Amino acid sequence: MSGTLKNLTLKIWRQSGPNDAGRFDTHVIDEITDEASFLEMLDILNERLVESGEDAVVFDHDCREGICGTCSLMINGQAHGPERATATCQLHMRKFSSGDTIVIEPWRASAFPIVRDLMVDRSAFDRIVESGGFITAATGGAPDANLTPIPKPVSDAAMDAAQCIGCGACVAACPNGAANLFTGAKVTHLNLLPQGQAERYQRVENMVETMDDRFGSCTNHGECEAACPKEISIDVIALMNADYRKAKTINRKSLSRV
Amino acid sequence: MSMTLDRPTLDSKTPEGPLADKWDNFKANEKLVNPANKRKFKVIVVGTGLAGASAAATLAELGYQVDAFTFHDSPRRAHSIAAQGGINAAKNYRGDGDSVHRLFYDTIKGGDFRSRESNVHRLAQVSVNIIDQMVAQGVPFAREYGGMLDNRSFGGAQVSRTFYARGQTGQQLLLGAYQQLARQIGIGNVRLFNRTELVDVVNIDGRCAGIVVRDLMTGEVSSHSAHAVVLATGGYGNVFFLSTNAMACNVTAAWRAHRRGALFANPCYTQIHPTCIPQSDDFQSKLTLMSESLRNDGRVWVPKMAGDTRSPQDIPESDRDYYLERLYPSFGNLAPRDISSRAAKRAIDSGQGVGPKQNGVYLDFADAIGRLGRNVVAERYGNLFDMYERITGENPYDTPMRIYPASHYTMGGLWVDYELMTTIPGLYAAGEANFSDHGANRLGASALMQGLADGYFVLPYTISNYLSQWLNKSIPDTSHPEFARVEAEARDRYHRLASIGGTRSPDYFHRELGKIIWDYCGMERTEAGLDKALSEIPALYEEFSKDLRVTGGEDGLNQTLEKAGRVEDFFELGMLMCRDALEREESCGGHFRAEHQTDDGEALRDDENFAHVSAWEWTGDATQPTLHKEPLAYEEVGFQTRSYK
Ligand SMILES: Cc1cc2nc3c(=O)[nH]c(=O)nc-3n(C[C@H](O)[C@H](O)[C@H](O)COP(=O)(O)OP(=O)(O)OC[C@H]3O[C@@H](n4cnc5c(N)ncnc54)[C@H](O)[C@@H]3O)c2cc1C
Ligand code: FES
Repeated sequence: MSGTLKNLTLKIWRQSGPNDAGRFDTHVIDEITDEASFLEMLDILNERLVESGEDAVVFDHDCREGICGTCSLMINGQAHGPERATATCQLHMRKFSSGDTIVIEPWRASAFPIVRDLMVDRSAFDRIVESGGFITAATGGAPDANLTPIPKPVSDAAMDAAQCIGCGACVAACPNGAANLFTGAKVTHLNLLPQGQAERYQRVENMVETMDDRFGSCTNHGECEAACPKEISIDVIALMNADYRKAKTINRKSLSRV
Repeated sequence: MSMTLDRPTLDSKTPEGPLADKWDNFKANEKLVNPANKRKFKVIVVGTGLAGASAAATLAELGYQVDAFTFHDSPRRAHSIAAQGGINAAKNYRGDGDSVHRLFYDTIKGGDFRSRESNVHRLAQVSVNIIDQMVAQGVPFAREYGGMLDNRSFGGAQVSRTFYARGQTGQQLLLGAYQQLARQIGIGNVRLFNRTELVDVVNIDGRCAGIVVRDLMTGEVSSHSAHAVVLATGGYGNVFFLSTNAMACNVTAAWRAHRRGALFANPCYTQIHPTCIPQSDDFQSKLTLMSESLRNDGRVWVPKMAGDTRSPQDIPESDRDYYLERLYPSFGNLAPRDISSRAAKRAIDSGQGVGPKQNGVYLDFADAIGRLGRNVVAERYGNLFDMYERITGENPYDTPMRIYPASHYTMGGLWVDYELMTTIPGLYAAGEANFSDHGANRLGASALMQGLADGYFVLPYTISNYLSQWLNKSIPDTSHPEFARVEAEARDRYHRLASIGGTRSPDYFHRELGKIIWDYCGMERTEAGLDKALSEIPALYEEFSKDLRVTGGEDGLNQTLEKAGRVEDFFELGMLMCRDALEREESCGGHFRAEHQTDDGEALRDDENFAHVSAWEWTGDATQPTLHKEPLAYEEVGFQTRSYK
């Protein structure tokens, strides 16, 4: 069952602020049980650094259950590391071997400036949601929840897309730094549901354009889908693109009517 | 203190009339603010989890100016995101006998007759609106083939009233509330201050005048004034160090308000959740919950024989003890959390624990897989099974899960009246941060319900009752010297923590503190143990004050310094928890005093002497708080001995 890993070399990106050039620091972990999570290994390292008078490595994390989307590490060049469908916080040391060198970097994308060390600023995602990633339904006036039946397959498909945790691995994995998987997931979640129809075309137009202002362009590499800890399918991008094309016609028509 | 408040009084402000009419009576008589005047009022909402995001969005929709604060980078990260199992509502869509009254009754009984009847009844009433609101916002709750909403059952209830979105109900609800808030941010009705931590509360002329915050990116301390302040800052379960809470959950906001005059109620009421993955090593950072919904289909058992090391497949039925089914036949594996947790503890204490550290009990799905097939089980719990396997390396389809109780939720919190106002006028508390609705034990799927009830359907009504008196009157802004004074205190505090120059990290002290609290103020408490904790915690705190080491300086981003401040507040809270547990000489819900139990080991309440809320006042000395009592009266349901047999 459980075992011990010996002699791991960590090469960790350190950068004091957005404008600092940054560098790799090397640390050796002599011994760690393979039951430990990857972030627990960093906790141990940080405690050691603090107690020996050095600055802790800054990294983002919170739930450690793969659901809040806060953790965000490039591990050996892979967003969230080697295990499929697994966020960094759910990665365990049993996926590594004694003697390994592990390279740890922040998400690298122009839309996600580095704050310090391994922490980046992902607020560009919030701007996309603010521009249209919602259904307008002010508190109070909602009809009974069972008034609008939703076929299970539709609701399931919406849920598949809605699982996105907003971690940004898709952007980090994309050679162009595009946010189409993130944006497509939210558009798909809301545009599939009956409740989302009223704002369907306005939503997709606003979100796509806010996205295009900040992120790179999608050239269908598909790296995003492979990196996604929730295995969101690249189909959401197709749906978003189709709706965007329609929106361009429909929204123009409705404009000419006013 | 220069800016004194009146002596705290515990007026619950419960409206007149029969229980079922109280909320309507309140709404009929409250003072309103007309739509055009709402924009003259500024409301600060601290915390953007379910309670805070729903409150901020709704208040902004109504027309108030809202400033929202969170220490997270985005509202979508709040700990609410991690809730798995579901949310209760008295919809009675199953036609299985549910009603507002039954949800009310189950919650009072689940809380072991230690919650305020009027609040709980209102919670049950507005529960139905929450589901409507969330569906309108596009929350993809689970549905049946006919397209109607599906339900499951949760502990402590004999009806199916829990709505869910796979194993990610909290995520979907929080994203719904976050999106609604994002819309208000986008159109400029809410200003969001992310990565900004509340570090103090400012009172002027007998009311809350605003807050002092620290920008986590720059270390800068600044002030914000408002007509009213809402704290929706979550629970304090991380006082135990190991818990199912997210790493950043802490008590600082509530504690700082407490130190400024808000009474803290029932701090010893903490919930230990029965189904978490057992600890595997000493430096483990947190424990992972396996949703209670698993107990719908999983069967809990241990080997009958102590020290049985056979693998579970090799233990025949006759050598297994399905102790929950045996002890509580009518609720079985769905017995409430406090009861299930203690039963697990008893099994493990008597040597029947399983797993490498013998610190778990089995949760077995073999029967369910046989009855329903692997696919149905996968559809219901697939993501939880995957998570379990990632963490333990074991596959729960083939071998039973191992589970053990862990700190999960805190029923205690800031004392609030019926209007959710703390004892500081103009300062409100919502969601897990307040103490209001769950008494001594919370039922599963009721925290999400309460957070959203507070934020969507209670605060937006009750806050106008207070605000209306300030219409067209001037209130102090941040140029008032009191803001500068509190800011200076906050700067001094972080300076002190950053410059102790000792040898131990904040995490070290947090871990040691957590051990003391878990051992003496965890699942089982005794007078001797609590006395011991009350001498060990101040000693450890003394060591913290001398031997803490924080590197990285005071200016700019410093996660070590953030942690140090939060751990310091946990120390003071820990002392209050133990004091409260010592004073409450009875067992009720999650508070189990070993001296007070029945012959078969169940909690023994003392309604004669302890049917009250214990609300503690800060006196300036963490070891000498003053106790105030709010008596609890039950008009609708008489006191009963809780039985799940
Ligand atoms: C693993 C897990 C599973 C759960 N599952 C369920 C379930 O199935 N059903 C159920 O009903 N309940 C469940 N619960 C309980 C429930 O999730 C929580 O009680 C609830 O979500 C709390 O919501 P909240 O809005 O009060 O606080 P939170 O969601 O914790 O939000 C707190 C907010 O306050 C902010 N904050 C805190 N302090 C400060 C400060 N000093 N300055 C600035 N901002 C601050 C944070 O940034 C955050 O935005 C679960 C809990 C856990 C731990
Ligand atoms: S820490 Fe929350 S997803 Fe990793």
